[in-house]
Amino acid sequence: MSEFTLNINGKQKTVNVDEDTPLLWVIRDTLGYTGTKFGCGRGLCGACTIHIDGEATRSCVTPIDNLDEDVELTTIEGLSVENPHPIQEAWLEGDVPQCGYCQSGQIMTAAAFLERNPNPEENDIDTAMKMNICRCGTYPEIKEAILTAANGSLANKGGSDE
Amino acid sequence: MGKLVGQPIKRVEDNRFIKGEGKYTDDFNMPNQTFAVYVRSPHAHAKINSVDTSAAEAMDGVVKVFTGQDIADAGLAGSICGWQVDFKNGDTMKEPPHPIMVADKVRHVGDPVAMVIAEDKYTARDAAELVNVDYDVLGAIVDPKAAVEDGAAQVHDDVPNNTIYDWELGDSAATDAAFENAHHVTSLSYHNQKLVPNAIEPRAALAHYDANEDKYTLYSTSQNPHLARLVIGAFVLAIPEHKLRVISPDVGGGFGSKIFVYNDECGCLWASKQIGRPVKWTADRSEAFITDCHGRDHVTDAQMAFDADGNITGLRTKTYASMGAYLSNFSTCVPTYLHGTLMQGLYTTPAVHVDVTAVVTNTVPVDAYRGAGRPEATYSIERLMDTAAREMGMDPTELRRKNFIPAFDGVEQPGYQTQVALQYDSGDYETNMDKALQVADYESLKATRDKAKSEGRLVGIGFSTFIEACGIAPSAVVGSLGARVGLYDAASIRVHPTGKVTIHSGAHAHGQGHETTFAQVVADAFGIGMDDVNVIHGDTENVPFGMGTYGSRSLAVCGSAIMKSVDKVKEKGARIAAHKLECSPDDLEFANGAWTVKGTDKSVGFGDVALTAYVPHDYPADEEPGLDFASFYDPANFVYPFGTHICVVEVDKDTGEVDVTKYVAVDDCGNVINPMIVDGQVHGGVAQGIGQALYEGAVYDDDGQLLNGSMLDYTMPRADNFPMFETDKTETPCPHNPLGVKGIGEAGTIASTPAVVNAVMDALSDYGVKDLQMPLTPERVWSAMNSNGNA
Repeated sequence: MSEFTLNINGKQKTVNVDEDTPLLWVIRDTLGYTGTKFGCGRGLCGACTIHIDGEATRSCVTPIDNLDEDVELTTIEGLSVENPHPIQEAWLEGDVPQCGYCQSGQIMTAAAFLERNPNPEENDIDTAMKMNICRCGTYPEIKEAILTAANGSLANKGGSDE
Repeated sequence: MGKLVGQPIKRVEDNRFIKGEGKYTDDFNMPNQTFAVYVRSPHAHAKINSVDTSAAEAMDGVVKVFTGQDIADAGLAGSICGWQVDFKNGDTMKEPPHPIMVADKVRHVGDPVAMVIAEDKYTARDAAELVNVDYDVLGAIVDPKAAVEDGAAQVHDDVPNNTIYDWELGDSAATDAAFENAHHVTSLSYHNQKLVPNAIEPRAALAHYDANEDKYTLYSTSQNPHLARLVIGAFVLAIPEHKLRVISPDVGGGFGSKIFVYNDECGCLWASKQIGRPVKWTADRSEAFITDCHGRDHVTDAQMAFDADGNITGLRTKTYASMGAYLSNFSTCVPTYLHGTLMQGLYTTPAVHVDVTAVVTNTVPVDAYRGAGRPEATYSIERLMDTAAREMGMDPTELRRKNFIPAFDGVEQPGYQTQVALQYDSGDYETNMDKALQVADYESLKATRDKAKSEGRLVGIGFSTFIEACGIAPSAVVGSLGARVGLYDAASIRVHPTGKVTIHSGAHAHGQGHETTFAQVVADAFGIGMDDVNVIHGDTENVPFGMGTYGSRSLAVCGSAIMKSVDKVKEKGARIAAHKLECSPDDLEFANGAWTVKGTDKSVGFGDVALTAYVPHDYPADEEPGLDFASFYDPANFVYPFGTHICVVEVDKDTGEVDVTKYVAVDDCGNVINPMIVDGQVHGGVAQGIGQALYEGAVYDDDGQLLNGSMLDYTMPRADNFPMFETDKTETPCPHNPLGVKGIGEAGTIASTPAVVNAVMDALSDYGVKDLQMPLTPERVWSAMNSNGNA
């Protein structure tokens, strides 16, 4: 067991856990941020996606002692503080979730992607999102929502259903 | 159509999901809780000689270790089979026991033999590895058809030839005669392969026995908390029903796999009483692969007979259906009453016969998975149709048109009585197909395909015109067929003094958006706003006894219970309004949220009536206060959605890879409450059906080892595997429920699998490929193309 101080969602938190504890469990069990989800434990489904310095990362395969000093962790709870992130607004506008379980991970991956690539083509979106599994099959709605968020205007949806 | 019903109202649920504020079972914790890990068999079939728990028990932080012997010593059984399907000759169905943990023999990889309970989950996991089980490995049986043969490994002692039942439906004499006289016969033999549901949320339980209150609480990832309470309380752990509270919070996907009462949560509940502390268990993904009930696993021979004009004269199928190693709750009804009864399809076939043998094998138990029997039936029928059309040189849409049941609404025209027990409620199959052909621009599609082929590109078009039976079901009917539960549903409507409304629903959503759609229906009915209504579901302490959500039933059955409660509220409201307006209730009409004396502008609003009901100062003398009604609705029939799906694929000549380039779905689920939610259900269903056609399938070796039991090896469809789906609708109302609605949750899965395979076969029509086994991996497709024979 060791002490670690994390910079998470804009706050400093100190935890006392085994060095090889995956970040996912520190986030969920020790810190109580339950918005990040467990799906596979092997980095294959994306439900556990958080941001480390703004980059989408699979927390279930990231041991806590692999973190560099002073990195900023963001979970779904910290994605937006006062106003919804454009991605979250687009998700609401597009009626994206069904069961909701994978959506934290989808949103975190999409937010990091749009930050890097603010004007994506549909193929870029497919490639960026293909490592996040949605068993309810909300893929078409996710893609439309990302295009909407990229477009910058909710009244003017990008992409089409045809 | 009201202001809200029929509109794409934004989902109320999404506010919490997009912020990560959904609360799923693993998100809950209790003070002083312990963590459980099950020790599971690594062998598919083995005798247990001994179980040594001493090293595990000695580990620091371990609270207790229980074994199958502890379960047996406690006189406990395990989860039950809820549907009795007896043999053709009248013999009782075989019902081998399925104890919470086994003591004598393990029968599938994943069968639980012990349970380690510790202070934290890491210790539990480490200690579980120290439990030492001495096994004598036995030969395993995996193939459903081979399971019945003499000499096959026997999964249970008193189930000869691994046969649980044999069963048939239809007229074998008439069908055989049709085949003898047929002008053309089309035959297919295939394995509707075993599928792993893989909801992204693994199953979990948080169980607590409170000794002070003598009361049990179970948080569970269940699609049906009341059913879970009944089965666990009455049949597994002998807990008085009123002392067991089951709470299904947000559930992260079910697709059927979370209907069943699993021994895992029963074990947690029992253990929590033994140790006097809460017990928390969450499956990991490899555990989910070997314990969540799998789907499908039918080995089928199917044939269709035609006359010289292309009319279908007969259909017969023979299926070996695997139950897996044990009978799960609904397993026995899936290949019979949810599969055999759909063999009419939407055609006027005069002679149908279905023969099913259910077997046990040394694999994970099988039960309902999105579609539950109807995908298997539709696959047989729709693959036969496209194949027959090609063999007979007919257009596949013309072959269908020729054989469609003519339109009927169930009101002016009677429902359609099939050859296989069911009576369809309403349908207009030809109009629906014509709409799909128009949406897809079929003539253009054909031209595109033919041109591509002439240029050496393998483009194909595949069809699936499906019907399915959902909204289960009339209790008396299913009771007479062996069901051990009724299949009604329930809802209370509680109008509050200030005119707000709460719906207490016996259904439970895990993605279907009931908090939105049920509110739409009720808000419109009372002329109030969406914000004035909320929905409560999932807690057995808070809602009337409902059967839960699966089988595309919630709107048709629970929605109807809601409407009954709405009617009761309106009826009493009218009497209260009449008293206030000094008239007779017959003088009133209700519209726009108010009761108005007909022909006048004297009215009193819904809110006023509500307040009066709870502050009954000036009130009808013989009327109780309050405005609060529960209703139960037992459907008169199943409901029968239908539709036409058209799939276009391109097959890569060099790699055999199949690309779905276009997908059109025109579905008819009766009246539509929220088209956005309907589209979402269709998209999700189609995604899973394409998954079965092209990517998925549990692979076992001869020793019963699941070779692809991880997300790395079991391929699920992902974002880049689909085109944008083109969806449209026809609306043929259901004649027998108040909302005129049918179901849509499974339709996409039922329709799509054969549409995809049909498209690939069309693309490969010049290659002499007789058939392809699912999943149509690049390797299978390429091999078939290059060997001029079967895959």
